[in-house]
Amino acid sequence: MSLLSVRGISKRFPARRGMVDMLRGRPKLAVHAVEQVSLEVFRGETLGIVGESGCGKSTLARCLVRLHEPDAGAIDFDGADVLGLAGPERRAFNRRVQMVFQDPYSSLNPRMTVGATLGEALMVHNVVPKAEIPRRVRELLDLVHLMENAAERYPHEFSGGQRQRIGIARALAVEPSLIIADEPVSALDVSVQAAIVNLFMELQDRLGLTLVFITHDLRLVKHMTHRVAVMYLGRIVEVGPTAEIFAAPRHPYTQALIRAVPQVKPGRRSGEAAVMGELPSPLNPPPGCAFHPRCPVATAACRETVPGLEARGGAWDVACLLAG
Amino acid sequence: MRLFKRLPAPLLLGLAILALMAAFAIAPGAFTPYDPLGFDFSALLAAPSLAHPFGTDQFGRDLLARSISATAIDLQIALFATIFPGLLGTLIGLLVGWYGGVVDALFGRLVDLVVTFPFLVLVIAIVAVLGPGLVNMYIAVTIVGWVFYARLMRSEVMVQKNGEYIAACKVLGYSTPRILFRHILPNAIRPVLVYAVTDMALAILLGSSLGYLGLGAQPPEAEWGVLIADGKNFFTTAPWIALFPGTVIVIAGLGFSLTGDGLADLLEVKR
Repeated sequence: MSLLSVRGISKRFPARRGMVDMLRGRPKLAVHAVEQVSLEVFRGETLGIVGESGCGKSTLARCLVRLHEPDAGAIDFDGADVLGLAGPERRAFNRRVQMVFQDPYSSLNPRMTVGATLGEALMVHNVVPKAEIPRRVRELLDLVHLMENAAERYPHEFSGGQRQRIGIARALAVEPSLIIADEPVSALDVSVQAAIVNLFMELQDRLGLTLVFITHDLRLVKHMTHRVAVMYLGRIVEVGPTAEIFAAPRHPYTQALIRAVPQVKPGRRSGEAAVMGELPSPLNPPPGCAFHPRCPVATAACRETVPGLEARGGAWDVACLLAG
Repeated sequence: MRLFKRLPAPLLLGLAILALMAAFAIAPGAFTPYDPLGFDFSALLAAPSLAHPFGTDQFGRDLLARSISATAIDLQIALFATIFPGLLGTLIGLLVGWYGGVVDALFGRLVDLVVTFPFLVLVIAIVAVLGPGLVNMYIAVTIVGWVFYARLMRSEVMVQKNGEYIAACKVLGYSTPRILFRHILPNAIRPVLVYAVTDMALAILLGSSLGYLGLGAQPPEAEWGVLIADGKNFFTTAPWIALFPGTVIVIAGLGFSLTGDGLADLLEVKR
């Protein structure tokens, strides 16, 4: 059964228009960050969301926790309509859905000790009685493998990887069922990345968490997710079981991405570019299938029809007219 | 003691000057045997000497005693003429920076309106309407001065509110007052604090200017600006009457500026 269900959400950001544009009557432009995205997240799984920079994956993540309000669509969490929540119900939702941020350097309040940061979350949500907060803070630090004395220290005394652990501990403080991790390791050194990824997997095992893991690193997706959703220019183009998609990707874009995964063995390097050209401007997405200008197999129909995300005769959904 | 060793030398010097000023203000009698209001007709317009290090004025009043007794009023001016506009401006800047949009647009026009007039002219105009005296001077400075604090605070809040730690607060469901006062305020207050200390030096100059014009402290209260104003008529014959209180103002201003600079370094956020 799905824990989180997203139905057709869109988010557009109006672009700044200069006075000249206005006087010349140029149309209002908007960045189409997320377009008609539908998605299911199942209890206890790790769902990966991958895509190039600027494809809207972070915006999607922020919509899920209502840091952005979607312009259209609906989000259900455990049967409740998330976008309609207010007051105490919304706080209850906040307690169950937490986020881990990309930049460990700006995601912690530099003027608060680690203990104060974690204690505040515990106190605001009455997670434990006031007297037990210090003990619970120590447990949380232990859970993310930090020393107990970290509580009295300030964020600047820690390394990037350690800070990310603090960010994870803060998310875990309110005992959520779903954690949305927005590129949690892309700001870290490769050696540290592995430790944080392992921590996520271990925590998921121990606490039965559901995880949405946003990244642009396909190797991470392959390593740690059960299912994967591939995004391109604000839309999901393919979503299904990770192992099967990696074995036989159906969308030309997914095929190109997987071909482009860096290979350690020189003999297996293909040497060819993954996808030709640049990501089109999200201010003015191409008509039809957004991928058609870069697609090696595009036909005339691709230039006119927007393909829906459907099974198309396969075991999982894909948004390509030619699939099937 | 360890704290003192860690403090930079300019800050220590600034704090030492301010501590001396505070001592003057609390116990003026401890530093001079003379009564600041006592006439001495045997020593009219006496030049600086061992008996009167700063000399005396046309009534034989000891200028060192008068400069020291003026410290209490001038420090009061330095504090009150920054604290009231500082508090008001910080609060307004915090709210304007956070809410933005229409509130910010209205704020912008209001700021334009206030800064169109030269600061001193506006303050003098308000004091002229309200009547001379220190309380009215504080009111006038608050009406005009909050703008500078609000602008500083607004721009700093606009930077801080986009930090991911604020996003984390929102995702944790914290209330807006909690986010504003526990998270944004401590991270955005540094420029305001530093400016406030520097502004104290300017406030003393402002108080002295208004005192000189007869709109601030009223005689016979000794105030540095009033002392200089008294001395201007004797400047060719007895320059010490204006010179020494002027020097005291410079030193006090230096004390505040050094403290302000030192504070800026000390409060820097480590990231």
